[in-house]
Amino acid sequence: MASETERLTGAEILIRCLAAEGVEFVFGYPGGSVLHIYDALFKQDKIQHILVRHEQGATHAADGYARSTGKPGVVLVTSGPGATNAVTGIATAYMDSIPMVVITGQVPTFLIGNDAFQEVDSVGITRPCVKHNFLIDDVKKLASTIKKAFFIATSGRQGPVVIDIPKDITAHFADFVYPETMEMRSYKPIVVGHPGQIRKAAELILSAKRPMIYTGGGVISANASEQLIEFTRLLGYPITQTLMGLGSYPATDSQFVGMLGMHGTYEANMGMHESDVLIAIGARFDDRVTGDLPKFCPDAKIIHIDVDPSSISKTVRVDIPIVGSVEQVLQDLINAIRDTGQKPNADALSTWWMQINAWRAKNCLRYDRNSELIKPQFVIEKLYEVTQGDAFITSDVGQHQMFAAQFYKFDKPRRWINSGGLGTMGFGLPAAMGVQLAYPNAPVVCITGEASIQMCIQELSTCKQFDLPIKVVNLNNRYMGMVRQWQEMFYDKRYSHSYMDALPDFVKLAESYGHVGLSITKPADVEGALREALAIKDRLVFMDFIIDQTENVYPMVTAGKGQHEMLERELA
Amino acid sequence: MRHTISLLLENEAGALSRVAALFSARGYNIESLTVAPTQDPTMSRMTIVTRGSDGVIEQITKQLNKLIDVIKLVDLTEGTNIERELLLLKVKAATNNQREEIKRLVDIFGGRIIDVGEANYTIELTGKCGKIDAFIKAIEEPLIIEVVRSGVSGISRGNKSLHI
Repeated sequence: MASETERLTGAEILIRCLAAEGVEFVFGYPGGSVLHIYDALFKQDKIQHILVRHEQGATHAADGYARSTGKPGVVLVTSGPGATNAVTGIATAYMDSIPMVVITGQVPTFLIGNDAFQEVDSVGITRPCVKHNFLIDDVKKLASTIKKAFFIATSGRQGPVVIDIPKDITAHFADFVYPETMEMRSYKPIVVGHPGQIRKAAELILSAKRPMIYTGGGVISANASEQLIEFTRLLGYPITQTLMGLGSYPATDSQFVGMLGMHGTYEANMGMHESDVLIAIGARFDDRVTGDLPKFCPDAKIIHIDVDPSSISKTVRVDIPIVGSVEQVLQDLINAIRDTGQKPNADALSTWWMQINAWRAKNCLRYDRNSELIKPQFVIEKLYEVTQGDAFITSDVGQHQMFAAQFYKFDKPRRWINSGGLGTMGFGLPAAMGVQLAYPNAPVVCITGEASIQMCIQELSTCKQFDLPIKVVNLNNRYMGMVRQWQEMFYDKRYSHSYMDALPDFVKLAESYGHVGLSITKPADVEGALREALAIKDRLVFMDFIIDQTENVYPMVTAGKGQHEMLERELA
Repeated sequence: MRHTISLLLENEAGALSRVAALFSARGYNIESLTVAPTQDPTMSRMTIVTRGSDGVIEQITKQLNKLIDVIKLVDLTEGTNIERELLLLKVKAATNNQREEIKRLVDIFGGRIIDVGEANYTIELTGKCGKIDAFIKAIEEPLIIEVVRSGVSGISRGNKSLHI
């Protein structure tokens, strides 16, 4: 049977492919090389284009959309500066394994290599920070390449994929056929873990006396929260999570011992250090987690479950590696544990919990609650209360990010949206746009600081254009707080260029963009301001909290120290 | 330790630069790298000679496998294998003495003189790296005009093979 195919331009094919992938939003910025594509966008109504004010904003917004929904974020930018501006956001998504498809315009094929106007080697520039990238050289390959790009971005260890499309390709005609499935001989992600390894892991887990479950962003990517909760409750073992992993296990549950790592809790880091069996799930033993490697978990036998074989034994040698989809492997592991008919060692476990609770009693996140100045921790605690722990929280990078991770208790996955791996200042506001578009009626709060927010503040304009009622919590300490903290601790208080001089009046700035601005200077006004802001459902509210300039993030594992060698806050 | 890693990869634009970029970005060492299409023009065969501790070699093979364009990979060092390199060498051969001495060495090493100029010879020699090294060492250095080495190509012995 001869099926009828349509003859379309490259630009039309691109849009039809995106629609076939179920893309709701394209975050982008037009320019010469993508004008055909923008014309095709204009003529359709399936996909909404979100016009940002800078291409970095487009990538972070698509990233926020992807992190909060699990669906791939889509970006469209022009050649040259459009592509280079997008690189920071692509690298951010790459470091945190976020599925994204980024379409960059390119100069026409006959001009490539001629140093043409707005020409840059986008494939070359993005190569080290993408999962894969493509340069289209023939319109006939366009549809199948887009299918491949979505397949690669959303399978295995997810990540951003760039498709560079020369302008002439978008004007050439081809028969439009969108492949329904994609098979690649060179790319076959492993889903099911090795049954023998799973059996061995089950035995080791049940033999543990001082077990610790350590999970990362991989659990969230794999949508394996349900399995993780079942696994953790089945065993009754303590669980700690990385910055990227927060939310996949309820933070309010008693088995959760808090975040681990450089600014993790005392009980989480001590629990890691003293453990005899460590169960690492979808985490990658990042340097911010391990501290000094030779001192890392000296007594532990380590099980590592990860979808990416290259994450296994990269920095820490593991005893039982299991490669596969976290969701699948956890389910098989739960079954394997049940099949043994054995239970964890109850006596050992109760002794272990006594020890953990003794560490907990140190109350390592304590801070001065009687201060006359606003403490950043207090703002986050109040935000948690006012939103009843049920908001989407995005953050920028620095002290405020750590305070948010420590004090906002995430009970659900995909609610905590932050740049963990790359640590990209400027991420928070555009990421919140992506989240708010995906969940128009949900409270979306961007926790930021006066330094980070200024790196993508132009997006306040986008928020106005698309009526995004984001709540911005600006923890304004007039310093790059984390830089200042390091300078105080390790550079003898020489505050080299960490002071934010000549700040704008954020209230007026917000108002000039058409938003609501609030300035909060006293602890007593914090809760009221938050309630007022969150009651405004249809407008962006920018809350400028003037906070204590001297506050530092504790506990802290400093460079060259082991996890058990934390610095703690001293209170008068 | 020295390892010879052989891979099949998609014959796509940029596949070679992905491999080369991986080595430079992660600080791995490349001693030599050769690549050319196979009988199937959509697929290339690459041989990489590298050095590193067991941990580094493990990461190299995993990171290579992770590249989307890499179809299949084998560390030839793990089994018995055959390695060959091609040398093209241009040497001064102006006097009778020089010509005789060079001819003698070429015969001993099983090479061939493939071009004869007024005052120079061009020699072709294939063999393991060590043999090529030894041959170059045997020629008096002042006589050497130009050295061109292909880098190592490798294949497993016997029934083992790298194919899809």
